[in-house]
Amino acid sequence: MNEAYGKIIGITHSIKRKVRSLFSEVPLLGWLFGMLIAVILERYVGEALAESLGLSKIPMLFGVVMMLKNPLMIPSTVLYLFTIFVLPISVVARLISGPANRVAAKLLDLPILISVIIHIGLLYAVLYLWSEASAYRVLTLKLTLIAVILTLSLNVVNGYMGEFSCSHPGFMALGAYAASVFTVVLFVDDKLFGHALLPAALAPFMFPIALIIGGIVAAFGALVIAIPSFRTRGDYLAIISLAFMFIVKSMIENLEVVGGPRGLSSQPDLASLPTVFIWTVACIWVTNNFVRSTMGKALNAVRDDEVAANAMTVNTRRTKITAFLFAAFWAGVAGGLFAHVLRYVNPGTFGLQKLAEVLAMVYFGGLNSVYGSIVGGVSLSMLGEALRPLEIFKWIIIPLLLILIMIYRPTGLVAFKEFNVGKLVMPKNKSDQRKSDGAASG
Amino acid sequence: MTFFFQNLINALQWGSFYALIALGYSMVYGILMLFNFAHGDIFMVGAYIGFGVATGVTALASFGAIVLPKWLILVLTIIISMFLTSFVGMLVERLGYRPLREAPRASAAITGLMIGIILETGNLALLGAQRVRFPTLIKSETYNISGVFVTNKKIMIVVVSLMLMLALHQFVRRTKWGMAMRAMAFDFVVVPLMGVPINTIAAMTFAIGSALAAAAGILFGVAYPVLDPYMGIVFGWKAFVAAILGGRGSILGATLAGFLLGFLEIFVAMIFPSTLRDLIAYSIILLILTFRPHGFFGEPYSARLRL
Repeated sequence: MNEAYGKIIGITHSIKRKVRSLFSEVPLLGWLFGMLIAVILERYVGEALAESLGLSKIPMLFGVVMMLKNPLMIPSTVLYLFTIFVLPISVVARLISGPANRVAAKLLDLPILISVIIHIGLLYAVLYLWSEASAYRVLTLKLTLIAVILTLSLNVVNGYMGEFSCSHPGFMALGAYAASVFTVVLFVDDKLFGHALLPAALAPFMFPIALIIGGIVAAFGALVIAIPSFRTRGDYLAIISLAFMFIVKSMIENLEVVGGPRGLSSQPDLASLPTVFIWTVACIWVTNNFVRSTMGKALNAVRDDEVAANAMTVNTRRTKITAFLFAAFWAGVAGGLFAHVLRYVNPGTFGLQKLAEVLAMVYFGGLNSVYGSIVGGVSLSMLGEALRPLEIFKWIIIPLLLILIMIYRPTGLVAFKEFNVGKLVMPKNKSDQRKSDGAASG
Repeated sequence: MTFFFQNLINALQWGSFYALIALGYSMVYGILMLFNFAHGDIFMVGAYIGFGVATGVTALASFGAIVLPKWLILVLTIIISMFLTSFVGMLVERLGYRPLREAPRASAAITGLMIGIILETGNLALLGAQRVRFPTLIKSETYNISGVFVTNKKIMIVVVSLMLMLALHQFVRRTKWGMAMRAMAFDFVVVPLMGVPINTIAAMTFAIGSALAAAAGILFGVAYPVLDPYMGIVFGWKAFVAAILGGRGSILGATLAGFLLGFLEIFVAMIFPSTLRDLIAYSIILLILTFRPHGFFGEPYSARLRL
């Protein structure tokens, strides 16, 4: 019995090792190219394949919804996923790993920005083609990207600075309302604010300004928390931030100008997929640079020991205030995007439920890590969508999963991992890597 | 003036709910240095257990199996539900918090939040989405004391909560277990080395806190007899605010801050439009914490707190 068990373990291990060695030389470029092929394949043969497998339509979120609704569909859904996604991605990635490595090495000779832009462009092409299949996919994707921005910004305070801030829904609400008021006043004929002041054609160009205004308003709100944070931290700061969240929510409910508890609607449809995508990439880029800067190291110093950091010439006050303003700014931007994706906001959205959601994403993904925030934001918001057919049992499964993660990995899935873009776009092949290393040092 | 006293009575009633729940937060904090964020939902579970017990005992009494006056049913309900809910609290500690005792505190906070969501959803799955009515156990009587209207329910709620708080105080001050708890709150690293069983004490703390929350739940059910699975969220967070305002781990502080929060909410709603209640009450709390960052009886931030 034991022997057989050991044998199985051994076989799985050797398979794992073989698979790993098979794909170890595939660079990111290769994977992206494989995904591109897969989504193109789905676009052209997806429906025909789904029909021939007996599925009513192509599975939207990797078939989880379909499988949960009708367990009999599991084999055909799995087969569909395998032929459309798993097989093409792995085969293409493996086959073009040689050329892809050479291309990646060539790209590294140019400034790294070009290589990064090409990677991001490929990623966008994949996401665009994937989401084109239905409006549902587009909406889910947009909300997922917004969740990534939100998680990342909260991670700056809760992960990198080690506070327990509960005010993120408040910042988000400030940003959402400020950006919405800006666009609604300027571009929409509305009951609340009267006629549009500017032609609607200008709206897409002014939208970044609206988002930045939303972020700045949220950052001003953050001063309310940043200033008490000089004198206290930990639980008391948690309460101050919680009180701030309640105050913002209550304030908006009492402002009849923006609709009070009924909420504010009729935002112009400005948050298209490319806009949301560009803002997410910008947020990841800026945040990654911020946490790797001297200021980012100062954040970690404040988290680990505030007194010692102060003694080591870290200006703790400036560090704290910068971190809060930075996090609040991005939360405000996320709020503005959120308002324009749903085109309706009400103060009830930004309550304790949202807080639990954002905190869960940060701690699930991993503290002190940009990777972790991306993983947490993407996986929890996708999981939330995919488990929808389970109805209320979804809210038993997701918390259970989180509790297990907390017990076995208390700091989250990928905590304390540096997000190194240069390493990410590097060729994985040994000889090309050496060449590019030489080029970089020479 | 009568208006003032009228609201004073209401504030005392609200304050007793907050204080009873805040005590649970504060005690657990004193021992384990973490906040049990599932506590608000334990309050909800307590109210539902109370509902079940009250319905069951009333049914037994109506079949003639036992003959009981209504007030005795209420007393029995409170005692049995407190006893049953304490097991819920111990279960939460065993499954959710004991594995995480060495983990960062924020992880434990997330676990608490998630246990809370599971309790809410579990309740929703078991009993369905419609609200349940808490059975009427004491008939409402209104006394008119020179213009101030006082119901017997309000008096009962305030008296029972004060009795429970006094009992807790005596327990912590006078018994050996209470001494162990105080010692553990003083230093949870060294005291276990002296042979005080930390697991037993922690479980007991959760049990006592949950029992108090259950009592609060039943008293709430007596006053406002409609229960729904999400009633614990707002109460839980507000009591958490009270627990911090009183100073971490301070039982007296939590009681006082609970009443203070009740007073703030009721009197703000009395003077200003009631929609401004949260806005003004929390602004005042924000101000208090800005000028007294460690609450009423809390100690300043120190290296002793693991963060």
